Amino acid sequence: MAIELLCRKLGMTRVFEDDGSCVPVTVLDASPNSVIQKKTVETDGYSALQLGAGERRADVLTRPARGHYEKAGVAPKRWLAESRVEAGEAEGFEVGQEISCGIFEAGQKVDVVGTSKGRGTAGVVKRHNFAVHTEGHGTHEYFRHGGAIGAGAYPGRVIKGMKMPGRMGNQRVTTRNLKVVRVDSERHLLFLQGSVPGHPNALVRVRAAAASR
Amino acid sequence: MNRNQLEALERESRRKDLPPFRPGDTLRVHVKIREGEKERIQVFEGVCIRRRGGGPSASFTVRKVSYGVGVERVFPVESRVVEKIEIKSRGHVRRARLYYLRELRGKAARLRSKLRDVSSLVSEQEEEARAIAEAPAATKAGAAVEEPEAAAPAEAAAAPEPAPDAAEDASGESKS
Repeated sequence: MAIELLCRKLGMTRVFEDDGSCVPVTVLDASPNSVIQKKTVETDGYSALQLGAGERRADVLTRPARGHYEKAGVAPKRWLAESRVEAGEAEGFEVGQEISCGIFEAGQKVDVVGTSKGRGTAGVVKRHNFAVHTEGHGTHEYFRHGGAIGAGAYPGRVIKGMKMPGRMGNQRVTTRNLKVVRVDSERHLLFLQGSVPGHPNALVRVRAAAASR
Repeated sequence: MNRNQLEALERESRRKDLPPFRPGDTLRVHVKIREGEKERIQVFEGVCIRRRGGGPSASFTVRKVSYGVGVERVFPVESRVVEKIEIKSRGHVRRARLYYLRELRGKAARLRSKLRDVSSLVSEQEEEARAIAEAPAATKAGAAVEEPEAAAPAEAAAAPEPAPDAAEDASGESKS
């Protein structure tokens, strides 16, 4: 388990390398995260770091929440999330300590966890990549339907897991093995090659790629 | 807000060393070509028939007729593949996309030029260099200044028209 950094997705652009090639990148606002709380095996049954990122007005918080930040000695945060770490790994971190994007370096591979854009109720073509029907040869009002969903008297029911229309997106998605193109420690920006789940301004969690760990 | 942050990033990485060329201009595009380990520069000369996009995705198309065959190349403006651009002439055109040139051959495909002297069409970078070269020259004319960088202004002050000469060593691109 590697430590995860909470970042805000800014959006996509492109950068040009010195050899003239063009790299599509997602830019993340990786402002320093604060360690708000340490969960330990003794007290909580597992080991994790509670991290906070972003800014939030203190007066919109409930008093218990405000107290929680005060205890850590940090300003209120927009996001709170836990990053599971091994007990030994957590030792290097203190409550109130800041973790910056300096934990990543250019060229490294990372995994990004986020919530995908919600698509609402989506049909079977968009949701499950079904093929569309022909729009000619006498087809009448039957272009994006799913077709048959099973046989007749046997089994006499629709089998479980049949792909049908329904809610799409707004799910936890992990994009693996994105290359870090650039780390801007001064402005706290991460440039990752390729796309990242979620809409601009969404919270994403970045960690060293599982494959390289 | 995040959009602004991104656009600010894109703006600061913008290239400033290219001249303000337009559709209709005849350009000499110096293209970096890699052959294995070696890198060399090839010049692609033709008419710019369009500029499209903004920010880092901007590109332009240059058309030339080579051995009777029309050749068009699209270059990304921001890419380092484009080493340098020279404006050979400014064509007088009345639209932004000169696709009609594809239908024309020979004499009909020529563009008439309004602007004779293209030396004023310089990049932002060069413009700055010229401004810097001119500014100390003006102070020197007023009073004797012993600046450490007096060498460059002195040269500039010696010439009656200081601008083009001074800019020449700054970027190596000048037409006079």
